[in-house]
Amino acid sequence: MRYTLKVNGRTHAVDVDSDTPLLWVLRDSLDLKGTKFGCGAALCGACTIHLDGAPVRSCVVPIAAVGKSAVTTIEGIGSTPIGARLQKAWLAVDVVQCGYCQAGQIMSAAALLARNKAPDDADIVAAMDGNLCRCATYMRIRDAIKQAAKDEFGSAAAQKKA
Amino acid sequence: MMQDRISPALSVPSAAPPTGLASRRDVLKASAAAGGLLLSFSLPGLAKAAAMAQAPEGGTALTAYVRIAPDDTVTILSKNPEIGQGIKTMLPMLIAEELDVDWSQVRTEQAPLDPALYERQFAGGSMATPLNWEPMRKVGAAARQMLVAAARRGWDVPESECETASGRVRHLPSGRSLSYGALAAQAATLPVPDLDSVKLKDPRDFKIIGHSIPGVDSPLVVKGHPLFGIDTVVPGMLYAVFQKCPVFGGKVVDANLDVIRKLPGVRHAFVVKGGTALNGLLPGVAIVADSWWRAEKARGKLAVTWDEGATRQQSSAGFAREAAELGKKAPAHRLRDDGNVAAALKGAARVVEAAYAYPFLAHAALEPMNCTAHVRGDKVEIWAPTQNPEPGRTLVAQTLGLDEKNITVHMTRCGGGFGRRLANDYMVEAAWVAKVAGAPVKLVWNRTDDLQHDFYRPAGWHFLKGGLDAEGRLVAWQQHFVSFGENGNFASSAGLASDAYPAGRVPNLSYGASLMQLGVPTGPLRAPGDNALAFVFQSFIDELAHAAGKDPLKFQLELLGQSELLPGRGAGFDTGRARAVLEKVREVSGWGTRSLPARTGLGVAFYYSHLGYFAEVVEASAAADGQVTVHKVWAVGDIGSQIINPTAALNMVQGGILDGLGAALNQKITIEKGRVVEANFDGFAPLRMSQAAPVEVHFLTTNHPPTGLGEPPLPPSIPALCNALFAATGRRIRELPIDSALLKT
Ligand code: FES
Ligand code: FES
Repeated sequence: MRYTLKVNGRTHAVDVDSDTPLLWVLRDSLDLKGTKFGCGAALCGACTIHLDGAPVRSCVVPIAAVGKSAVTTIEGIGSTPIGARLQKAWLAVDVVQCGYCQAGQIMSAAALLARNKAPDDADIVAAMDGNLCRCATYMRIRDAIKQAAKDEFGSAAAQKKA
Repeated sequence: MMQDRISPALSVPSAAPPTGLASRRDVLKASAAAGGLLLSFSLPGLAKAAAMAQAPEGGTALTAYVRIAPDDTVTILSKNPEIGQGIKTMLPMLIAEELDVDWSQVRTEQAPLDPALYERQFAGGSMATPLNWEPMRKVGAAARQMLVAAARRGWDVPESECETASGRVRHLPSGRSLSYGALAAQAATLPVPDLDSVKLKDPRDFKIIGHSIPGVDSPLVVKGHPLFGIDTVVPGMLYAVFQKCPVFGGKVVDANLDVIRKLPGVRHAFVVKGGTALNGLLPGVAIVADSWWRAEKARGKLAVTWDEGATRQQSSAGFAREAAELGKKAPAHRLRDDGNVAAALKGAARVVEAAYAYPFLAHAALEPMNCTAHVRGDKVEIWAPTQNPEPGRTLVAQTLGLDEKNITVHMTRCGGGFGRRLANDYMVEAAWVAKVAGAPVKLVWNRTDDLQHDFYRPAGWHFLKGGLDAEGRLVAWQQHFVSFGENGNFASSAGLASDAYPAGRVPNLSYGASLMQLGVPTGPLRAPGDNALAFVFQSFIDELAHAAGKDPLKFQLELLGQSELLPGRGAGFDTGRARAVLEKVREVSGWGTRSLPARTGLGVAFYYSHLGYFAEVVEASAAADGQVTVHKVWAVGDIGSQIINPTAALNMVQGGILDGLGAALNQKITIEKGRVVEANFDGFAPLRMSQAAPVEVHFLTTNHPPTGLGEPPLPPSIPALCNALFAATGRRIRELPIDSALLKT
């Protein structure tokens, strides 16, 4: 089946079986390898992407269900202000160990900050508990999310002053 | 008498092809004179520098480790695979320090697999630091010396008048200076100095070592760049799945290949006869398709008739029953007998008896096993996330009947290792399937493959008696370990060393073992052996402390006694270092000085593992329904004189401790009818953020050579948690994972 997909602001045409999970379309048809396969069953969050801004596990979303929704992946999230701040905070906090989970973590965190500018610990856990980090970098993930959130207030305050 | 074998941290499962791992241990030579570990090494990579210099890429190669470009960019190669331990940052830091360049000039690069140049290239056993601390600095110092020699020749001045800093050589009297970039071509023509002759910096002058350097690949990781094995793309590549018998060692009798071959996208479907070695190429059915999803979907229609073999009789429940029976008898093998345990137990004022047990565990690295292979005639090219590429290449060569020299292995970044990728079963599968398919093939396991075809941390059962005298001193210890193995040899990672602590500190002590036959493959999991034994030893010592009516931490210190070097791994077990980390963790955790809420307790444990000393205190509580919450962990480590990269070290300690807590709280692998029951992260659950307590970390700096961190923080975390739960509830956890029903009010 032919499908037209909007990914990170660009339109792509793919020809795949209708039950192909979006994860594999991204990875193998579009060569966007940042979205990761961890479990194939919505249990680990490594494959988290945004559909119209909402975080979803792309391993359980068949391509036929994507429709006209805009897909954002880790390759595109850096061009949003929240994504850029998160990536910066991730590096400043030196979150990464093996790094395999981190694309999914950043995508979940970006969706969280989009709806909650200043999440507390409980908000962070609620939003992030579906994202496994087998290396257990959780403390730093929490810190990086808070730092990215603070950054926003920092820049907002700076803008106000200016 | 049974062979007394600690399962070595790095051993790939038994019956492995020659791995060269034994030689790794030969490299380590303990030196009592130096009060620690001395390393003898050779670095063939330096001798070949001239040859390397002929074919520079991105600059002039001074040695196999260092290239310098005219723009002063310094490229440093990291010889070992990166699995998240931060090696691609840390090894180049050691070289850069002595090369005397600024870190901002440095680019790091994964070295190719070439043991002729780089010697053993592996990630395991927390060995990278002890093995490379001195050699890699000497590599840097040698290159620096070549650059200085090039400069002073040009200026015709004595070496003593030259100094280096920030990638430049300066002639002090004249003030002239040249950058390394300008000197590299000339330096590369000079001989590499004898490593024994190069001078190393005084640690007080370190500018890179001891400073936090963020992971070199992290800027690419957070943007989703394709760094991992699973991201490999080779032109014309096909995708494969490989279905093995769910029962370990089972063979294919028949499969509906005709049906499979007709499914959309399927290019090949075939039976792989395979062998019997559980760490080699096993029997199974390969499906190769034009996309991984189509191969995986086709597997859903696969019907295989298996000859399941003898292992189908085995189960976790059966092992537990057999262990309980064996535990009633005398051990089949005696490992150690000090004093007279029977008499001492008889004469003891108080005897404590307990049985401990822990389950099989999987590694569950987040990146599933995968490998991409391309076989062309007698040549093979492999892209693999592996901790241990060299034995993998040997395995591929032997299985495909090819010469190792014709096999190239590219080491990709690994999405976690934890010991799983020391075995290369998935590598040989990919190579075989690619050969039959006649095209480049990427083999990707799904999570069920990963959890059901692992090399498991072996389960174990311990039957213990401890005797206390009237003053509450530990005078007798009897331990019968029911484990797995054959012919008097423990299965991989299923051993108990005769010198394991508290041996040497209890006058009457016996260790014995009985072995059950096992058809399930076992292997090293982060802190192999210790990740299970620490739970048993350090929990039972805590039981005895409570029985003696003593503060557990004080009891531990009393038992450790005076500072002394007891037999043990590396230079031996230094009771003084163990005391020091315990005393420090008492201080930083506020042990004995804080009042805690109801059903909340502190637990303490320490362990000497992989040359590192860690003492940990856990604060945990149990709700009325038994639900466990870990509130905080304090950890104190002693890994010698230098923390090379503090940010990475902290991350590693926190990760290791939380890994241990996750195992204790959540994890077990269950064998039923010779196969694994758990099939995904719902059945086998790594720790999640909601369970991740803050971990406060302190290091003691001691006058010992630096050692590794991948493993030592993990073992004490489990008994510290269980001991905390005893303090909180009065219930003793003697079996893992923790059953919260036992903690209900
Ligand atoms: S791969 Fe989608 S949630 Fe794990
Ligand atoms: S950093 Fe390894 S899984 Fe999260």
